[in-house]
Amino acid sequence: MDTSGKVILEVRKLSVAFEQYGRGLKRKVIHAVEDLSLTVSEREIVAVVGSSGSGKSLLAHAIMGILPYNAAMNGELLFEGRMLDGELLRQVRGKELVLVPQSVSYLDPLMKAGRQVTKGRKDEESRKRCRDILSRYGLDKEAEGKYPFQLSGGMTRRILISTAVIEQPRLVIADEPTPGLHPEAARRVMEHFKEIAKGGAGVLLITHDLELALLTADRVVVLYGGRAIEEAQAAAFSDESQLKHPYTKALCRSMPQNWDPSGDRLCVSGEILAYMRKEYGR
Amino acid sequence: MRLEAKGLSFCYERAGRQILKSVSLALEDGERVGLMAPSGYGKTTLCKILAGYESADCGEVLLDGKPLKEYRGYCPVQMVWQHPELSVNPRRRLKTVLSEGDFPAQNDGLQSHIEQELGILEEWKERYPSEVSGGELQRFCIARALGERTQILIADEITTMLDLVTQAQIWDFLLKETGKRGIGLIAVSHSPELLSKICHRVLKLDETNI
Repeated sequence: MDTSGKVILEVRKLSVAFEQYGRGLKRKVIHAVEDLSLTVSEREIVAVVGSSGSGKSLLAHAIMGILPYNAAMNGELLFEGRMLDGELLRQVRGKELVLVPQSVSYLDPLMKAGRQVTKGRKDEESRKRCRDILSRYGLDKEAEGKYPFQLSGGMTRRILISTAVIEQPRLVIADEPTPGLHPEAARRVMEHFKEIAKGGAGVLLITHDLELALLTADRVVVLYGGRAIEEAQAAAFSDESQLKHPYTKALCRSMPQNWDPSGDRLCVSGEILAYMRKEYGR
Repeated sequence: MRLEAKGLSFCYERAGRQILKSVSLALEDGERVGLMAPSGYGKTTLCKILAGYESADCGEVLLDGKPLKEYRGYCPVQMVWQHPELSVNPRRRLKTVLSEGDFPAQNDGLQSHIEQELGILEEWKERYPSEVSGGELQRFCIARALGERTQILIADEITTMLDLVTQAQIWDFLLKETGKRGIGLIAVSHSPELLSKICHRVLKLDETNI
């Protein structure tokens, strides 16, 4: 895929730290993301793959400006060459810059699914776009009139994705868009992301699902403990020797198709976590 | 223990969509069975009924031949949910999640063994659910469900949101732990590769039985 396009998003030396209150007035700082740099260009899908707690969601939240109140952010974010400050964020967020959030609890529990996708707009065009997108994801008219609690996990997931892609974004940040979807639905969502990228936008796919990332992305950035430990072309994962970091190699071996249930262990994996904890302090 | 579901039917609202339609299945003592079905087909609903959170409109759930409803106290069938963030109290520290499990004081070796195998760190226990990642939180939910009197574990897409290394670590632990204690397992997943590696047999639910 063409990756020589204009850079849409540039993250420069991003750090996110949390201040946590302990007993009484004791405070503790947790460095959740450290010194993270990456770029996403036009027509490009970049996957950020990382273990739980590696700071993947925080990266998304930092870009969207929705970090929790006790988080402190450092570093620079550029959106289409412009500093992504409060004012620019207000202009582009939800329009040119959209987020597919991770948790289904981001949906409004008191608003019907269809209304959430159109953001309350009732004009003919919005409703048609909403219908088109939902039917593309295999959701019928009935689902539009339901409240989130009346839908299954996979259905609410598809509603969440629809709320983002109904706009015409320059950059889609998808934070774990597919857990709970059956493979066919996940594949359809990924196809749609590819189409969005073909149309000129950039996609930042944040996921723990390496297999999915390899099917979709052009480049893969592996995150561990808030730091990028390796960046590789997706094709490099078919041959372990092309990967440099021991953790990246372990990821490769942990794919279920490489498991061995008859052995002593499913695969070698526990040690690498202990090793990483020692090396990276978490 | 043997878990048997006989002709379960269910819908959430009166005259609403029929979610389950006479579903039957049996889990032999210590057996591991995988369940696969497209989303929206009622997998979670079935899990909830099997674990006693919902009761079916018709049909019954039998544990060693006795209806599950008649068991008093701790339910030997425990369920781990797909979304850990929705299955813990957001205002209580994570150590209380563990204390909700069946870990009697005279057997605290069990709890520390499980914590260690799942890689639960001491420092996480003081945090609130919003202060750990989904994967870290799910480890607590799994530990909570593996209390002393648990005989059957229902795992509803429990590693869907986890990274591969953690997923492998958790399943490696669950296979050993359930094997050692003779705990039966029903695992729901969308990944045929995963189920084929961890289960004795895989059931595909489709429109014919739902």
